[in-house]
Amino acid sequence: MTNAGTGILIVDDIVKQFATPDGAVTAIDHISLSVKQGEFLAVIGPSGCGKSTLFNIVGGLVDGYGGKVTVAGDTVTGPHPSIGMVFQEDSAFPWRTVIDNVAFPLELKGIAKRERYARAQHFISMVGLDGFEKRYPSELSGGMRQRVAIARTLASEPKILLMDEPFAALDEQTRLLLGDKVLQIQQQLRQTTLIITHNITEAVQLADRVLVMTYRPGKVKRVIDIDLPRPRSSEIVSSEAFGRYVAQIWADLREEASRGMQDDEKLRAGGRP
Amino acid sequence: MSAVSARRGISEGTLAFFLGFGALVIFLLAVEGLIRAGLINRHIVPMPSQVFGAFERVVLEEDVAGRFRLTFIEALASGAMIAVVGIGSGMLLYRFELWRRATETWIAALASAPTVLMYPLFLVIFGRNAWTIIMMGFAAGVPAVTLKTIEGLVGTRRVFINVGRAFNLTPAQQFTKILLPAALPSIFVGLRLGLIFMLINIVGVEFLINFGGLGQLINDLAERYDLPGTYATIFFVVLVSVCFFVLTERVERWLRPGA
Repeated sequence: MTNAGTGILIVDDIVKQFATPDGAVTAIDHISLSVKQGEFLAVIGPSGCGKSTLFNIVGGLVDGYGGKVTVAGDTVTGPHPSIGMVFQEDSAFPWRTVIDNVAFPLELKGIAKRERYARAQHFISMVGLDGFEKRYPSELSGGMRQRVAIARTLASEPKILLMDEPFAALDEQTRLLLGDKVLQIQQQLRQTTLIITHNITEAVQLADRVLVMTYRPGKVKRVIDIDLPRPRSSEIVSSEAFGRYVAQIWADLREEASRGMQDDEKLRAGGRP
Repeated sequence: MSAVSARRGISEGTLAFFLGFGALVIFLLAVEGLIRAGLINRHIVPMPSQVFGAFERVVLEEDVAGRFRLTFIEALASGAMIAVVGIGSGMLLYRFELWRRATETWIAALASAPTVLMYPLFLVIFGRNAWTIIMMGFAAGVPAVTLKTIEGLVGTRRVFINVGRAFNLTPAQQFTKILLPAALPSIFVGLRLGLIFMLINIVGVEFLINFGGLGQLINDLAERYDLPGTYATIFFVVLVSVCFFVLTERVERWLRPGA
């Protein structure tokens, strides 16, 4: 084990390469991390640093990588029943009502309709969607649809909640308010959570620790403990300590983001990054 | 609901119906007027009032009910086969990508081909009976359903598939709970297109082989130069089409209640 430490979720020395016409590109380069029971870890990095690749590896959606991911000692070889995933894209099923979306994992377990609806209702209330049970996703806002996706994942009662930029498509105010909702849920369930984000404010608002990744190839640049009081809310963003954490993370990220931007410009100019 | 209709307590659906019906009435009145004014040749286009007058005669003397029933049953048989074979073949071709790549262009070519011209071949194979008509309708309609089924399945958003994978769905569950519901809008577009092609062919072949049904009656009346009767019969062909579209819409609403 390499610097992975102990925890319910252990990512140990992950290396992932992708084949391209110009040869193999290393997306993730020897990343190790661990998430303790009930902890909220945010992974932050510039675009193209391999955050989503890391999400897919931890979630068991991709294979062909070096290293190992374990959940409570069990090696992840594919989608793991203990890991619940919330995706960046709008993933609420448009052909199901809110309650049928949230009850989806319970339906898969063969739970009777009455019971699964009762249990789904609990998670709908948790994400603040009471009164919208019979609505279809097309009748909801983007933020509400994302809450449906979160409630659906929570309904499967995962040991680890894995989220890939869940609020990326939302405006800043909605993002902060949904952050509050996620904080409340985390407080209530003591849910172990790993969130992938490129938003510094979101990372500091939500997490106990923030892992900063380098630009390509993605490595761990620094892990910062966020020593802000809990329970938290979005009001914390106006505190001095919050500002200091944001500045500290930005100082780490700035160089990486700048490298990423230069690569992107070279690529658009027709050169090789 | 718009402000005006909301004030008067009329639903938008009712308003749309009356708007559509009103537009049709105005159109028919305009045609009537243009024919009476001599701007449209009355020997080519009969006056709508003459067409209305021909309904009673066509119904009583030409056994429209029996012919309507025959055309409807042929279309129903053909439509059921189109749905089963079209959706089934679309699913199989989605599952076996090599076969899909090998055949998709041919199916698209078949969808746009004037298959009605192949009726002599079908007559040889099935004989001069309803099966020739049913199979010609089937041949015309099935490619559109197959293609749109493939399109719907292939076009399923990656994130829905990943949600299914994240919940450890079996391949069968992935298909029935994710792929199929996600593809339904496209499948229904295919079914509507298939039904259009099918009805054109069924009535066309009835017309061509003079076997029976509404197509044959149109042929007979046209040969007798009974233009009002011909147009009155065409109304019944439209009625068959309306029946199928209402049926398809009902099935779609049942399967896709949120649509």
